[in-house]
Amino acid sequence: MTPVVHLSGVSRVYPGQPPVRALDGVSLDVEYGEMVGIVGPSGSGKSTMLNILGTLDRADSGDVHVDGYDVAALSDRQLSALRSRRIGFVFQQFFLAPGVSALDNVADGLLYTGLSLRKRRARARQTLQRVGLADRVHHRPHELSGGQRQRVAVARALAGRPSLLLADEPTGALDSASGAAVIKLLHELHAAGTTIVVITHDHDVARELPRQLHILDGRISADERAERSAAPAPGGAR
Amino acid sequence: MRRKDTSDGVSRLAQSRLAPSRMRPADVLRVAFSGLRTRPLRAVLSALGIAVGIAAMVTVVGISASSQEQVNRQLRELGTGLLTVSPGTSFRGGEPKLPENSVGMVARIDRVQAVSAIGAVEDAAVYRNEAIDANRTNALAVYAADTALLDTVSGTVAAGRWLDAALAEYPAVVLGSDAAMLLGISRTDGSVDVWLGGHWFTVVGVLDPVPLAPELDMSVLVGWPVATELLGFDGAPTTVYELSAEDDVADVRGLLPATVNPSNPEEVAVSRPSDALAAQAAVDETLTTLLLALGAVALLVGGIGVANTMVIAVLERRSEVGLRRALGATRPHIRRQFLGESILLAGLGGVGGAALGGVVTAVFAASREWQFALPVWVLGGAAGATVVVGALAGVYPAARAARMPPTAALSAA
Repeated sequence: MTPVVHLSGVSRVYPGQPPVRALDGVSLDVEYGEMVGIVGPSGSGKSTMLNILGTLDRADSGDVHVDGYDVAALSDRQLSALRSRRIGFVFQQFFLAPGVSALDNVADGLLYTGLSLRKRRARARQTLQRVGLADRVHHRPHELSGGQRQRVAVARALAGRPSLLLADEPTGALDSASGAAVIKLLHELHAAGTTIVVITHDHDVARELPRQLHILDGRISADERAERSAAPAPGGAR
Repeated sequence: MRRKDTSDGVSRLAQSRLAPSRMRPADVLRVAFSGLRTRPLRAVLSALGIAVGIAAMVTVVGISASSQEQVNRQLRELGTGLLTVSPGTSFRGGEPKLPENSVGMVARIDRVQAVSAIGAVEDAAVYRNEAIDANRTNALAVYAADTALLDTVSGTVAAGRWLDAALAEYPAVVLGSDAAMLLGISRTDGSVDVWLGGHWFTVVGVLDPVPLAPELDMSVLVGWPVATELLGFDGAPTTVYELSAEDDVADVRGLLPATVNPSNPEEVAVSRPSDALAAQAAVDETLTTLLLALGAVALLVGGIGVANTMVIAVLERRSEVGLRRALGATRPHIRRQFLGESILLAGLGGVGGAALGGVVTAVFAASREWQFALPVWVLGGAAGATVVVGALAGVYPAARAARMPPTAALSAA
């Protein structure tokens, strides 16, 4: 079976004096249903990796296939369509629209899929239920805790039923308890079959993930798989 | 619109079929509205700039239209069938005069419904009493008037009565509306006399303003016989008023000069007072155009305000743009969102301005007892103008937002 993510010899160089090789010949496969952590210190190339995986940026050289599509061969419009249907993003800063209910924040995540407002809201309600926020549907972001906000953001990423869920430092703006709850949620989603890539510099978070890719200076320095492949009880290492 | 089953990640679709969705108009509107709602004060202030411009333009057009409507109504009421005949310029030198029997001659023309005349009583002036300095004439003219005058010019009496055949024989006088005001006379019960050409004349009536013969407002009118008898009036009419059906005006007009003065028709000037009224309204249009231009400047300034607001909004909302791109928005989606927001912003100002302008026009018209008139094209034009202004103001900020690379937009947060 084709992997959901296939990178081979991918480089991304930012022009400057001297030029910065943010990614330097990275090759990587992520299979459907996998949960992978991309771990590394700041400046290691994690964010560039996220942008490339999320098709927000293009590689300067090498092959990038996401969900079977050759990214280099797609136009900007086609990449947008790919993102709207195949990739879900979760960001450190949540990026929820202020003053808009959790339901509509999630529903707006489906704005570019072509679904009608009624269907978007129905699916948003369903997804909020799935992340355990059934009783917070009409709350606005400022009425939610940080952990709840991030769960809304996860629901937004999930509502489009993406082939790939990309989480960029999902616990970065949260206290440890809320962070643990969000990681637990991601593990549950993984257990239910969602492919998840978590980008983090937090080794405690990474340790809980079934597979960890360590990245340093734009290269993959280690590709470790945990012995236990089932979803572990989160927060145990803290 | 083809839609794929997004949950089936395994299905391999041809890459060419990976087409972005088209945003529904309702969604564009919703997104634009929610964008404005996050910063309500700024939206209101920006829209206010547009509203002031639109309100100014709507008010100017509305007041002008109401005034025009007033004139039209007046013309409908008064009719446009009245012609005035007066002495023109003479090629032989000297003051041309209308022949004494002008009225009789005109009355013989077919299709003339009414004819009447006034004649200037030269060397006669009117004073409140005999002690007033002779130079203080108030610029009031003394005319001999025949008894048919009032009906011919569609005049009405404000107080007292008009001259009839009996009164015309006696020293009785009817005052034009301005003349009555300048002389300070409102009583018409026969108790007030004025000093007129060396004789006491009793005030028997005061006229309402006469729109079709405004010269009467600054006049005092005495009977034709008494003017000849007491004031040395030579009997030559100064102005002949002729009334016919509106359809016949052109024909009658052609006949008038030769009828009044067969030997020297070129010395007769014929004019149509309703034309003067209409022309007066047309003169107002110049002012209207000027004010309209000022309104357009206000609208332009409002548009610049909207553009400014949108540029700031785009800068502030880089992360939102980044998020939307990550969620699958194409560049056109982003462009449409900000363009929609700009048009909506201007449109809200336009609606507010049109309403404000309508209210101001209605209040102004009511204060003048005019008929309220606001043509539909004005409201349509206002709506169109705001859409154009909003679109122009939004083009650059929207293009800028759409050009933003998603990675840069996200990392800016």
